[in-house]
Amino acid sequence: MATPIIELRNVSVWYGEDENRTEVLHNINLKIEEGEFLAIVGFTGSGKTTLVNLMTGLLKPSAGEVFYRGEPITGPSPERGIIFQNYSLLPWYSVYDNVALAVDQVYPGWPKAKRDGHIRKFIDMVSLTPATDKLPGELSGGMRQRTSIARVLATDPDLLLMDEPLGALDALTRGNLQSEILKIWSANRRTAVLITNDVDEGIFMADRIIPLEPGDRSGLGPEYRINVERPRDKKALNTNAEFREVRTEILNYLVTLAEASKAERNQALSLPDLQPIQPGTQSFAWRRRAS
Amino acid sequence: MADSTITTTPPEAPAKSFALKKYLPSLSSISASLPGMGKNLGITLASMLLFLLVWQLGASYLYSVEAESRIERVLEEQGPAEAAKMKECIASGAVSCKPNTLPFPTEVLHAGQLLLADHFVISADKAEFARKTAAVNAQRRAAGEAAITYTGRPSFVDQIMTSLKTVAVGFLIALFIAVPIGVLVGLNDNLRVAFNWLVQVFKPVSPVVWLLLVFMIVKTLTLGTDTDTSFLISAVSVGLCSMWATLVNTSLGVSSVNQDYINVARVLKLGIGKKIFKVILPSAIPLIFTGLRITVSVAWMVLIAIELLAQSPGLGSFVWEEFQNGANDSNAKIIIAMFVIGFIGFLLDRIMYFVQRTVSFT
Repeated sequence: MATPIIELRNVSVWYGEDENRTEVLHNINLKIEEGEFLAIVGFTGSGKTTLVNLMTGLLKPSAGEVFYRGEPITGPSPERGIIFQNYSLLPWYSVYDNVALAVDQVYPGWPKAKRDGHIRKFIDMVSLTPATDKLPGELSGGMRQRTSIARVLATDPDLLLMDEPLGALDALTRGNLQSEILKIWSANRRTAVLITNDVDEGIFMADRIIPLEPGDRSGLGPEYRINVERPRDKKALNTNAEFREVRTEILNYLVTLAEASKAERNQALSLPDLQPIQPGTQSFAWRRRAS
Repeated sequence: MADSTITTTPPEAPAKSFALKKYLPSLSSISASLPGMGKNLGITLASMLLFLLVWQLGASYLYSVEAESRIERVLEEQGPAEAAKMKECIASGAVSCKPNTLPFPTEVLHAGQLLLADHFVISADKAEFARKTAAVNAQRRAAGEAAITYTGRPSFVDQIMTSLKTVAVGFLIALFIAVPIGVLVGLNDNLRVAFNWLVQVFKPVSPVVWLLLVFMIVKTLTLGTDTDTSFLISAVSVGLCSMWATLVNTSLGVSSVNQDYINVARVLKLGIGKKIFKVILPSAIPLIFTGLRITVSVAWMVLIAIELLAQSPGLGSFVWEEFQNGANDSNAKIIIAMFVIGFIGFLLDRIMYFVQRTVSFT
């Protein structure tokens, strides 16, 4: 078997020391194969962003090792491109300049015309040509995320990491962008990792889907293969038996675990013994005097 | 990404044109805000009138107190005949026995006109001097000698110009010291610790002490040269007094750059220069300019005190000389200088605000 593009070996991440130690990820083992589309689903707070930061190199594991093509990761690099959850566009640069910053960094010394053509091609690919010279502040959330996608794709990354890329968008824009990302991805079949809190999104987009256990000390759950033919049709998917089965399984798995961890924490809060005051039943002193 | 797989042609770049219109408010927005502006203008004018009224009443009260005490003193010292004469003299408004107190608004206005007329006289004098010495100066320059310069008394407008020049040089000194140090301090935690005590200790030091310190150093450094020491001393002191706000704000702005932008720089592996100029500085610019705005107003405020002490020409020494003069219109001239100082300070702040708005991304 070929060397996996990313391999996590016995990785744990914790913050603080001794009694204050909070373990976010616990003993994660994961291999990502060349060309696959992997989705990792989990609740908020289960350490999804931590996991993706390990793969980019923005974060170092507290224990264990992360390998990229067999080499240990020492720091971030543009070949592992990331689409951030909150777009992370530089607000003082236009759409064009945001993409240009990345292009200049990855392809220094390109002739002016080639560079310009490359930048405009990717802006056009995410349908933002009319907004080329706009600042991020003048764009909608969907347009900002598309700029961020163009910025990453223009650097031609070997591995595309997506950290809840559509999390802050409305359902309609979300659906559109899912299809757009898939279209662009299937055009050149790079390896892609999608981190998401939406099981449907994961199943719709990925070849393989792995749930992340909720709560502290998260580990990875069992993997699920999605063998639905590509290109997938979102509407037809709802009636697809395999889709429904996998979806139910993953949701059951996550919900069961969440219940278990809640019971474990045993945080039954007792409510204070207060009764709400009905409006109109209580009169204030000054009103009583007046009447 | 291979070109064969995605067949989109890059669209043509739209022609960029520079439009001044972008920076000016549109006509419709002006007319929409006109009623509000009219109301604000009305309130401002009304409060100005009230201010003048309070001033007039206050001045006349002080005038009567001063006049009475003067008459009483003459009565005690020289008898009723002289006192009656003094009373008559004060009532006639003669300059020789005018009570020395807060001047009336009309007097101040009159003093302003006098200062302006004086400026025209001196300007004409200067022009005349330049015309007369043109030939001689040309000869001297050809011979490699220094030209003869006008050494007459500077007018009020000249003093304003000198002050503006001093504050501009002081501001530039503050800018070129505080911004680079602020950036370094903001980037490096060790440097921040190293600079922290310095900033904390020297920030509250009074302008007067700064002036004395600068005097000690500049005096020695300029020994044997014929530089304009007093100008240099006041400009450097103004710079040192006013740079702290910029230093603190710049380091804050640089050290509090959004982590998302830093992550972008890290993932793209931007070099340190690109990281500073393309990510950190643009992000810190709003805070840097807030600091610079404070610096300008502090610079203008301490300038007057410093000029007064350093005997460097300018508005500060104008005020001090008028006070020492004790001429009949000195007080009015001091008030004029006060208004001019305030108005120029206001203008400088507006200019900085405008620059800040143009260069910030928000």
